[in-house]
Amino acid sequence: MNYPVRSAERVGGKVLQLLHNAGHALVMLLEATLYIRLAFGNRSRRETVTQMYVTGIKSLAVITVVALFTGMILALQTGLELRRYGQEVYIGSAVAVSMIREMGPFMTGLIIAASVGSAIAAQIGTMVVSEEISALEVMSINPNRFLVMPRLFALAVMMPILAVYTNILGILGGAVVGSTQLGVSVQSYMDNATQFATNKDLYVGLFKAFVFGIIITTVSCHQGFMTREGAVGVGKATRRSVILSFLTILVVGYMITRLFYI
Amino acid sequence: MIRFENVTKVLGRKTVLDNVSFEVGEGETFVIVGLSGAGKSVTLKHMIRLMMPDSGDIVIDGEVINHLGRRALQEVRSKFGVLFQSAALLQWMTVFENVALPLREHLRLPEEEIQQRVNERLEMLNLLDAAGKFPADISGGMQKRAGLARAIIMNPKIVLYDEPTSGLDPVTSRRIDDMIVDMRERLGITSVVVTHDLHSALAIGTRIMMLHQGRIVENAPPEAFIRSSDETVQSFLESQYITKKGKWEELIHE
Repeated sequence: MNYPVRSAERVGGKVLQLLHNAGHALVMLLEATLYIRLAFGNRSRRETVTQMYVTGIKSLAVITVVALFTGMILALQTGLELRRYGQEVYIGSAVAVSMIREMGPFMTGLIIAASVGSAIAAQIGTMVVSEEISALEVMSINPNRFLVMPRLFALAVMMPILAVYTNILGILGGAVVGSTQLGVSVQSYMDNATQFATNKDLYVGLFKAFVFGIIITTVSCHQGFMTREGAVGVGKATRRSVILSFLTILVVGYMITRLFYI
Repeated sequence: MIRFENVTKVLGRKTVLDNVSFEVGEGETFVIVGLSGAGKSVTLKHMIRLMMPDSGDIVIDGEVINHLGRRALQEVRSKFGVLFQSAALLQWMTVFENVALPLREHLRLPEEEIQQRVNERLEMLNLLDAAGKFPADISGGMQKRAGLARAIIMNPKIVLYDEPTSGLDPVTSRRIDDMIVDMRERLGITSVVVTHDLHSALAIGTRIMMLHQGRIVENAPPEAFIRSSDETVQSFLESQYITKKGKWEELIHE
């Protein structure tokens, strides 16, 4: 067989594998979604609450720092430019709109993908390697109901809440920089911020966060389930879950913005 | 009870099971031995359809399980308890919660009854003291016993043991062997044990099957197994210092 044919076969094989994996992830997501009604049932309540706690409360510290500094950096960069035209009072609107529309959900998504998503992939990957997933299957316990559904519920609910928290802290961070570095009073900063940000911005931002939550769960759980080759495989799955989540969040974030603002 | 009919399985480029046929009868302790990579664990996984054969049929209680739907497969799997090589206990649950898991998932029992049934099993396996501990805090032998307690909590007809004594010291290994014999004698459970420990196989097995390069080279009761004329069997026996004329012959005849 000549080289071009072999190359085409290899590419074809990769594409088929990619489609197969995407299909597998989609089926997993659909099945977990069908079980969502059982999130607070007797069998899943504890796991659902645990996942909500892990996603929401345990991520607060890092989100607080990142959100504050994101707002501060935004305010400083835009404020320095606007000062050249004497318009630094507009940093309120620049920070608020950027945070609510894009940066809030996006930064939250990245943090949760890196912290919670990677932990999910590592945990499920380890369970695959140590035969715990096989044990669940043999006990006729559906891993999608037992493991994926509580995580899906937790991330889909907590992501928008965390995004709101990120928005608020980001805007506050901007206010701190505005008042201390750029001479914009907190009152005028807030007036300006609330004047330009619309309800639509907030809803679209929350919708993005919700979608990002679903993406992180799907990618992380799927990568975990695909783990092979022991400890090395767990490492690979964790790395892949973070990279894939980041890329998907970026692409889907752009598509949602385009859908609602053009 | 369990029947393999001309089962073949290829993984990558290797034929792991090559046209394998055998049957396990009710109440037997059927031991599968062989070198690493001989296809022992793969055989076990086919019995509960964690793996599908490339060709051939797997029959459980007269029913071919190859293409069963989810519900029917659940019913077949409910006949089995499995002790995995690593015990496969869920790490974030205590021993008690691990053993109670199948009851909580499948039966709507009052908490008192769950407690009673779990404690009964834990006591039987001498694990009551470890009930509140997490798997990471107990020894390998205790983990295996906890795995066994979970495997038998739903009163299965068949228990599959994947390398039950691997990684354990000789004393604990013999204790696990005794437990497997006890399961058959007290609960009438049919057992399929995968191991490469021939001492254990000869002590607990009512029949021993040896796999080599995906093929069955011997399938016989222990006394016939040690007298097998097959060279692979003989070299496997000798590798573990078991000879035709030795203590095993005396033990088997006792």
